[in-house]
Amino acid sequence: MNAKIFASIAVAITGAVLLYGVSDFPTFGDPRSPASAGVEGGAPSASQYYINESYGDTKVPNLVTSVLADYRGYDTLFETVVVFAAGMAIFAILRVVGKEAKQPTGPRAGSSIDGDHQRIIVGTTCRLAVPVVQIFALYVVAHGHHSPGGGFQGGVMLGASFILIALAGNLDDALTRLSEKAYLSLAAIGIMIYAGFGVLPQLLGKNFLDYGVLEKILFTDGPEMARSHSMLGVEIGVALTVMSIMFAIFANLSTRGTLKGGL
Amino acid sequence: MILSFDIIILLFLVVAALIALNVRDLLSAAVIFGIFGFLICLLWAEMGAVDVAFTEATVGAGVSTVLFIATILNTRRKSSD
Repeated sequence: MNAKIFASIAVAITGAVLLYGVSDFPTFGDPRSPASAGVEGGAPSASQYYINESYGDTKVPNLVTSVLADYRGYDTLFETVVVFAAGMAIFAILRVVGKEAKQPTGPRAGSSIDGDHQRIIVGTTCRLAVPVVQIFALYVVAHGHHSPGGGFQGGVMLGASFILIALAGNLDDALTRLSEKAYLSLAAIGIMIYAGFGVLPQLLGKNFLDYGVLEKILFTDGPEMARSHSMLGVEIGVALTVMSIMFAIFANLSTRGTLKGGL
Repeated sequence: MILSFDIIILLFLVVAALIALNVRDLLSAAVIFGIFGFLICLLWAEMGAVDVAFTEATVGAGVSTVLFIATILNTRRKSSD
């Protein structure tokens, strides 16, 4: 009980400090706030630059994607590495290999969505829903620079679709479609695709992640379209990593690292 | 921003958070936390951040609830405090 009182006091103080901090914020969407308009008499703000110039620089209508994948590409690369590292940490802690990996236990150890007539409703619904989810996820990845979306969002949905397969039947159903070897390599390949788009401009004599120079390789008309296409490539890398890590976390957590049986 | 819609969602958010904190059965707490995530998703969608909204719908309401349930099924179901 004492701990609860102390915790409540700590939460109340932290909340009060946060609310006090928020009271200094400009109002929602204020065009004259320093973040939107820049400091008076000083340099113009970054937001203003992005709003005015990003379409001309990158030919990407979605401002969020062009900032995320091009202007702040370095940030996003290491965000993806953080996701990868988190997945690897969970893998390192939970995964059991060798003799400790016991045979599947529990009531659902033998059931599968493929050809099990006792789970026909759940299995059929899942088999119908998963392709729709995955096609929408691919659309979100591929169309991320024209409409809201991108690699993280699409990757999360792809990962969730595999988790849905594992939930509806057995983890083995999902593992036959995306094996452990496949998801671990895809997670690393995603990072390598992103880093590859960073190293390629270096080989051509420009800075890391300076996609504009890739017009020589991608045969686009002008560096703007090269930036646009490179952003798509980068988003695909992010999506692969996020998808694999989401599924890896679920697979290891739900089976105590044995990858046998299911929830 | 639609003020009345905001107020209703924020009210439900606080209620869901309080219930999720106080309920003793961790499985119910996980499900109510999923409801919490879905309410935040509605809030993002209403503010015009559609991409954040459907990420929240998949991660906050879907996958994190599944991960919580997976953890609960491998540990104990009752909360000790």
